[in-house]
Amino acid sequence: MSNSEFKFSPENIERINKEIAKYPEKKPAVMATLYIAQEQNGYISNEVIKEVATILEMTSEDVLGVVTFYTMYFQKPMGKHHIQVCTNVSCMLRGGYEIWNQVKEKLGLDNMGVSADQKFSLEEVECMGSCGTAPMIAVNEDYYENLTKEKVEEIINSLK
Amino acid sequence: MEKIVLPDIENIHILDVYIENGGFSAAKKAFAQTSDEVIDQVKKSGLRGRGGAAFSAGLKWSFMPKTTDKPKYLCINGDESEPGSFKDRQIFEYNPHQLIEGILITAYAIGAKVAYIYIRGEYHKWVKLMQKALDDAYAAGYVGEAMKEKFGTDFFCNIYVHKGAGAYICGEESSLMNSLEGKRGYPRVKPPFPAQNGLWGCPTTINNVETITNIPPIISKGWDWFSKIGEPKHPGTILFGVSGHVNKPGVYELPSGTLLTDIIYNYAGGVPGNKDILCVIPGGSSMPPLRGDQLEGVKMDAESLKAAGSAIGTGGIMVMDEDTDLVKVLARISHFYHHESCGQCTPCREGTGWLEKILKRILAGNGSVSDIDLLITVANQIEGNTICALGEAAAWPVRFMVTRFRDYFEARVSKEVNLKVANKVHSMRHTEFPLAEVKN
Repeated sequence: MSNSEFKFSPENIERINKEIAKYPEKKPAVMATLYIAQEQNGYISNEVIKEVATILEMTSEDVLGVVTFYTMYFQKPMGKHHIQVCTNVSCMLRGGYEIWNQVKEKLGLDNMGVSADQKFSLEEVECMGSCGTAPMIAVNEDYYENLTKEKVEEIINSLK
Repeated sequence: MEKIVLPDIENIHILDVYIENGGFSAAKKAFAQTSDEVIDQVKKSGLRGRGGAAFSAGLKWSFMPKTTDKPKYLCINGDESEPGSFKDRQIFEYNPHQLIEGILITAYAIGAKVAYIYIRGEYHKWVKLMQKALDDAYAAGYVGEAMKEKFGTDFFCNIYVHKGAGAYICGEESSLMNSLEGKRGYPRVKPPFPAQNGLWGCPTTINNVETITNIPPIISKGWDWFSKIGEPKHPGTILFGVSGHVNKPGVYELPSGTLLTDIIYNYAGGVPGNKDILCVIPGGSSMPPLRGDQLEGVKMDAESLKAAGSAIGTGGIMVMDEDTDLVKVLARISHFYHHESCGQCTPCREGTGWLEKILKRILAGNGSVSDIDLLITVANQIEGNTICALGEAAAWPVRFMVTRFRDYFEARVSKEVNLKVANKVHSMRHTEFPLAEVKN
């Protein structure tokens, strides 16, 4: 998974500096910096890890350790629309698995799968804090709650 | 009934509206007193933590060293990842300035000049809402250096939002601190506790979002007012999140000690189709489940729930009707804890995997009676043998569900009995089983 050297855009360097300013040292900004990198690059490549390590004065291994610990950093390119379906208990009791199976079938993807055109990717997620508005899916950063199969169909059809 | 944390005031999330309604007057009142006086009032109010352990907030604050040459920190735990828990997002969305004011008062009481609000990564929207509220409060001079002038005091505090990235374990306080320091979110061995050795080795206090949002009303209306709300041993209101098989799921702010059946049948509108209740988990997925016939008279506060054989946790009430497949529910819960185990301690890393495997075997129809005993054996070997409480969180639901629904699980591993019949068998026999004791 090698691509050419990764450099942050000047605007993003400014955002990272603002994050660093929140803490008494540079390292705690790693989580925010990785989000910014993922936004710019689409995923966390080895080159991204090297660059983040250089900027925050960490070792690449420490950055990699952070990347692999948290589920929201991706080490491969994901779809333009990353669909997350919660199947934890509160959602399950209100049809979460029906929606999971529906989306899986509709997109022809399995957990962490990415469509060939890179338009969609799919993830079965743990509790998203939508228990009172279950079942739910999230598309990238946006929550869709109180869903029915019809609404899910509509949401996915609306994604370009 | 008056609401303290989520008052019925339109647009209270907007700074001007918050100020019009008396916002930041509690902070002004607090800054005119000594920090010991503030801590004393919170202690006397009886406020207990709303994040799960229900520990006295004032007592926790008083553990902070009075004299130290190190900086002190305040951490606000908004990781909110316990399945069944969805209350803190309401505060970020509907009453963020009361949280900010609570942070200022707490920071003053413990002597912290920096506070971090750790919000789970999936809450993108609520991170933005909280940041917006914070930006507005900064711009108006209520937070940061400018507050010295605003409040006419020498004290000031900076507040920052830190966004997580999808790890349940970061709701555990020492894991949260490691995560905030830019490391993998591994829980730390305690002692030392955060008040001695917290963020960057400095004295740190960690409180839940809801706990801190209670502080301004306690200061402005007085500890005696607060201590008279609800159950005396666990006073105040609690945000109860009701989910699962109810007609009106949602968050209800009610006095502590409200009857569980009152919350389910009156506030949350009862069970769809008027079905009976098979099981209720009263405090988020890691708390001991109660059987449908154990709910009568159960009050929702820490002491009453302990007496009833469960725990208050985060107040997330998950309701399951008579047709629910409990093996499927427990297998899903066990999958969650297996997925979220950080892997540091062998009993948890391996044990949670075995719990999931055994339950999936039963779910697939390949279980036997010995599997039921094996589940309890494995759960008992995890509990108490790990650095953090995720071990208990994984073990409790299994141990208590299997013990309290033993007949149900026995019916499910018998090849001749299908789910419908198993549920019936359970409802005929279930009264004979005693409550197992909760260790907490």
